[in-house]
Amino acid sequence: MRLDFLRSERLPNIWCPGCGNGIVLHALLEAIDQLQLDPDKVVLVSGIGCSSRAPAYTAFDNVHTLHGRAIPVATGIKLANPDLTVIVVTGDGDSSAIGGNHLIHAARRDVDITVVVFNNYNYGMTGGQASPLTPDSSITTTTPNGNLDRPFDLVNLAAGAGATYVARSGIYFTKHLVDHLRKAIAHDGFSLVDAVAQCPTYFGRFNKKGSAGQMVTSQKDWMVLKSVAGKKTPDELAGKIIIGEFVNIERHAPESAAAPKEQA
Amino acid sequence: MPEKKTFKITHNRKWCKDCGICVAVCPKKVYEIDRGDRHAIVRSQDCIGCQMCVEHCPDFALTVEEVKDE
Ligand SMILES: Cc1ncc(C[n+]2csc(CCOP(=O)(O)OP(=O)(O)O)c2C)c(N)n1
Ligand code: SF4
Ligand code: SF4
Ligand code: SF4
Ligand SMILES: [Mg+2]
Repeated sequence: MRLDFLRSERLPNIWCPGCGNGIVLHALLEAIDQLQLDPDKVVLVSGIGCSSRAPAYTAFDNVHTLHGRAIPVATGIKLANPDLTVIVVTGDGDSSAIGGNHLIHAARRDVDITVVVFNNYNYGMTGGQASPLTPDSSITTTTPNGNLDRPFDLVNLAAGAGATYVARSGIYFTKHLVDHLRKAIAHDGFSLVDAVAQCPTYFGRFNKKGSAGQMVTSQKDWMVLKSVAGKKTPDELAGKIIIGEFVNIERHAPESAAAPKEQA
Repeated sequence: MPEKKTFKITHNRKWCKDCGICVAVCPKKVYEIDRGDRHAIVRSQDCIGCQMCVEHCPDFALTVEEVKDE
């Protein structure tokens, strides 16, 4: 990772000790570096939340918008200047609760932006409330006896809405995460990466997930590579999260403009 | 016989939050959280340069580079 991609004068970051956001940000900066993009043509757009503060630590142009509204702002930037690589940095709450409608319609329109969801399974910034991605039975500030609702499967949601690139990875699997972020950014069309991070301060503490270090390494136990999952029985996959690439569709001819061509 | 490679670890004390993630991911037990709850480099000579700690430090506080002496 190029250290000059960081705005060093703004560090240390405000995140809690062991917060997963810095690991996803590191991976994102590494992916941008590997793609050899012109740093002046990369724009990061975020909403509101702990995760949404990530762009401000980077040397790239960035816009910190309103809660849930990063995707419409990113869409506008991309339409006005299709030469830019536009990346949305968002939380599970920001993208799937208040911003959920923007997400599905950007996917449907196949807008050529990349949405990176820093998924820590709760609203970190406001004290650990449940989000639409909080697993069932999990303890949060708003579900003190365990979450009664089932979560969205963000990968299926994005795929069902028409996203043309969808992947999931986790912060333990840094090389896997970088690979999928790189493919998502390079993809011509709407791409989404569900980057499973961690909030040790709230979700981790409420659900007795152990130390920040244990939370990171335990991803080995509850995440399964898609290639391996194909060989497992449903029983063996119970309670596991599958990581890998789920959708990769080339809709646009190579010479087409980056902006969506058709009105769906 | 190729000589054992050596690595130089740089730790940015100002950015580190003593979270212990590097301790958990390092395969060679190079780090510890010491009795004062502070990050400490205790076995730098065992480092194999795998970059696990660098990629997992949420605070960009670590770099690991091979030392090449000709
Ligand atoms: C319009 C509006 N509603 C509510 C809030 C309060 N709020 C701030 S961040 C947040 C949720 C953030 O959760 P997530 O997107 O998962 O980010 P995290 O902090 O977990 O990274 C909420 C509800 C707000 N800032 N603006
Ligand atoms: S509250 Fe959670 S998500 Fe927010 S900085 Fe702390 S650990 Fe990270
Ligand atoms: S992972 Fe980084 S912030 Fe955490 S203890 Fe190690 S050096 Fe410090
Ligand atoms: S590079 Fe690898 S072996 Fe060396 S300190 Fe970091 S994690 Fe440990
Ligand atoms: Mg969150």
